[in-house]
Amino acid sequence: MIALLRRDLRLAVRAGGGFGLGLAFFLIVVVLVPFGVGPETELLSRIAPGILWVASLLAALLSLDRIFALDFEDGSLVLLATSPLPMEGVALIKATAHWITTGLPLTIAAPVLGFLLSLAPEAYLYLLLSLLLGTPALSMIGTFGAALTVGLRRGGLLLSLLVLPLYVPTLIFGAEAVRRGADGLDPTGALMLLGGITAGTFALLPFATAAVLRINLR
Amino acid sequence: MSIWEYANPTKFMGWTAPVMRAAFWLAALCLAVGLIWGFFFTPDDFRQGSTVKIIYLHVPAALMAINAWIMMLAASLIWVVRRHHVSALAARAAAPVGLVMTLIALFTGGIWGQPMWGTYWAWDPRLTSFLILFLFYLGYIALWEAIEDPDTAADLTSVLCMVGSVFAILSRYAVNFWNQGLHQGASLSLDKEENVADVFWIPLLVCIAGFVLLFIALVLMRTRTEIRARRMRALQARAQRA
Repeated sequence: MIALLRRDLRLAVRAGGGFGLGLAFFLIVVVLVPFGVGPETELLSRIAPGILWVASLLAALLSLDRIFALDFEDGSLVLLATSPLPMEGVALIKATAHWITTGLPLTIAAPVLGFLLSLAPEAYLYLLLSLLLGTPALSMIGTFGAALTVGLRRGGLLLSLLVLPLYVPTLIFGAEAVRRGADGLDPTGALMLLGGITAGTFALLPFATAAVLRINLR
Repeated sequence: MSIWEYANPTKFMGWTAPVMRAAFWLAALCLAVGLIWGFFFTPDDFRQGSTVKIIYLHVPAALMAINAWIMMLAASLIWVVRRHHVSALAARAAAPVGLVMTLIALFTGGIWGQPMWGTYWAWDPRLTSFLILFLFYLGYIALWEAIEDPDTAADLTSVLCMVGSVFAILSRYAVNFWNQGLHQGASLSLDKEENVADVFWIPLLVCIAGFVLLFIALVLMRTRTEIRARRMRALQARAQRA
């Protein structure tokens, strides 16, 4: 399992594009928003939690189709399926690798971009915490979506149509936690629910993902 | 003789033809009676005026939008467990009907909301969860359309339906957390003292029965079409091989 994780990470870093691209996309979306809504600091700091969450969600979406597509094309997914490692484990590792290459950098970069959007100073801690708790769920749900569309030639658009509705609860709780933090309210409830979603997806979705992969490899 | 024998495509085609016809006529009858009764022979509500009459479309459509998804979930489970092809086709057939029901509920709600709440749309939990349900239907239908092999498509969509159901319920309660409601609470529960007054309640029941029958008829019709399409494809494949 660890070997697979290291292989995926190395591929993501060396194969160009994937690793930095999500981060750059995140940056660009956040920079574009003030052009769209105007530069008033008050407005920006009010919508900052939502913008940061939606942007990180889109950035995570961007790299989803790479999770299985390359392995499917060159046949290594079939090798993984016949290896002693269960498919559930493969799904879990793939999601973890995706999180390390997109979710984690996004979480680290988010406070800097929050600064650009003049996020309220009290909210930084909760922004970090909510992204740290929430982005693994995004990766896991995304891995499920990627497994669903792995056999399709142009699955990218379909993938976003399938995955985005599934992201709704994560987004609601994540953005709500940051907003409550910014307003000086208690965000623990939202954070706990967010953690609950992440734990739930990691417990259950590997099975669904593995089932879907087996169907697609039939 | 078990109930599963009726899932044999030939038998299914046999018994659904009269059932479908009967369901269509009964639905037409119920809807005609319920809507005319509701629109012309019930008094105006004392606060809402005549706008209240849109519930004869809104409530049954919303009910069927949710029930269609539950039916799809049941059909998907049957497909996964017992692999009856008709079951998968029925799930596929129900999706567009459910999608249209969701749209009807959203639109009639908007038309009612304009004079009552002063807005066609508000980010109210119920409204929002219906919009999310609409997106789920879209994704489900799109996945069916995208995959060529029918068995793979049936497998993948049924997994999506199951996972989607969990997330739909999750979203339903998540949006409560995010915004307080504008929509009134349930007015048709069986266990409550205070329900809609009988004058509105009986035509509403007739309308709900009409929508249920209409849904059954439409799903049967679409399932029969799917079965015929599948037979046609099999015949074509055989002709090509010969």
